[in-house]
Amino acid sequence: MFNTPDHHLGGVTFNGGVIIGSDSRASIGGYYVSSKTINKLIQVHDRIFCCIAGSLADAQAVTKAAKFQISFHSIQMESPPLVKAAASVLRELCYNNKEELQAGFITAGWDRKKGPQVYTVALGGMLLSQPFTIGGSGSTYIYGYADAKYKPDMSKEECLQFATNALALAMGRDNVSGGVAHLVVITEEGVEHVVIPGDKLPKFHDE
Amino acid sequence: MSIHDFKESNFIPGNGGLDRKVSTRPATSLSCAKRKCFKMLDESPEPGWLSEEVKTGTTIIAIEFDGGVVLGSDSRVSAGETVVNRVMNKLSLLHDKIYCALSGSAADAQTIAEMVNYQLDVHSIEVGEDPQVRSAATLVKNISYKYKEELSAHLIVAGWDKRGGGQVYVTLNGLLSRQPFAVGGSGSSYVYGFVDAEYRKAMSKEDCQQFVVNTLSLAMSRDGSSGGVAYLVTIDKKGAEEKCILGNELPTFYDQ
Repeated sequence: MFNTPDHHLGGVTFNGGVIIGSDSRASIGGYYVSSKTINKLIQVHDRIFCCIAGSLADAQAVTKAAKFQISFHSIQMESPPLVKAAASVLRELCYNNKEELQAGFITAGWDRKKGPQVYTVALGGMLLSQPFTIGGSGSTYIYGYADAKYKPDMSKEECLQFATNALALAMGRDNVSGGVAHLVVITEEGVEHVVIPGDKLPKFHDE
Repeated sequence: MSIHDFKESNFIPGNGGLDRKVSTRPATSLSCAKRKCFKMLDESPEPGWLSEEVKTGTTIIAIEFDGGVVLGSDSRVSAGETVVNRVMNKLSLLHDKIYCALSGSAADAQTIAEMVNYQLDVHSIEVGEDPQVRSAATLVKNISYKYKEELSAHLIVAGWDKRGGGQVYVTLNGLLSRQPFAVGGSGSSYVYGFVDAEYRKAMSKEDCQQFVVNTLSLAMSRDGSSGGVAYLVTIDKKGAEEKCILGNELPTFYDQ
């Protein structure tokens, strides 16, 4: 059973799109790294991704169910789903099974109605929309950095730099986060997946 | 119900005139009587400050610059969910040009600081000159290491001496390590990323002060156990300068 006692992930909106990112480490009990290159960014629809935290098994099961429900919903509606709808599906699953599950999600995407959005679904099933959000065990170390450095209406390059720096800082301090940095940039035009290997991550003063 | 001593700390100079009393559990007889009253009048649960240990859940930071150090701390002291003191100065004087920043259990940290203050006074008379920062840090480390099972406090020691200039030492759990800067306390987790990204070598005194104030402000806004005002102490060859920055004068960030 793969179990991650959380790791690090985040979603940030910029002018015209949204970036969602995470590390790639899965560990058991915080002692054994079971995978160095796991992808925690799951595509639940064309322009909607979600990022998983907590128990990997729970998260994978929930996203599988959510992916099905969202594609069914979009066929019924005959239009791409709203990001909020996707996040709500995840929230329903988390809330109704809150006793058994231990997984949190960050949903990010683009839709025609509201443009780029980021939603977080917390452990018990709370749904919250924010301009940017961070989650997972590594996130505690970068609250200060994210609060200080985030500005609304960034450009895509600034946002990529912000997300990469935040991931690198968190992976540097949290022992259950690490590996490569996965970033997905979602805009109206499409989806771009960027992978930054560990040695190409930004370095800071003591490295 | 076990009996606990009512501890009262001394008036510590360098507080800007603030008289600080941080106690552990109040005298048993008084709390028993109060508890009975609560039970008779209404069944409200006992307030946290009657039974919880007093902790300085905290953010503390110290950083070296060429010619001195800057220390900073918040001012909140909590007992469980209650804030029992919102203006405590956690930067304690160990000697004229050596200060320490307190975190963890309030009683433990204050006691260590007072003991080392006394030991340093004796030591400086014996050697006939101002003590080295390393000596002060070693004294703190000796106590932390010897009583590591009983104590739960972490002190960061920083100061200036003529041999080594500005120095910052961490003494967590009984280790002794010199670092260019150090953060500690419960609020420090939230600002590790910020300090890693923002620290540069060879910052000036004003840059260091700004760095400390920014870090404290970010940590205080995220950590429930840190808050109040920010205290700053700048130590250099000329002496120690204390400053207090009120809550509304702290730097704000995008969501405030």
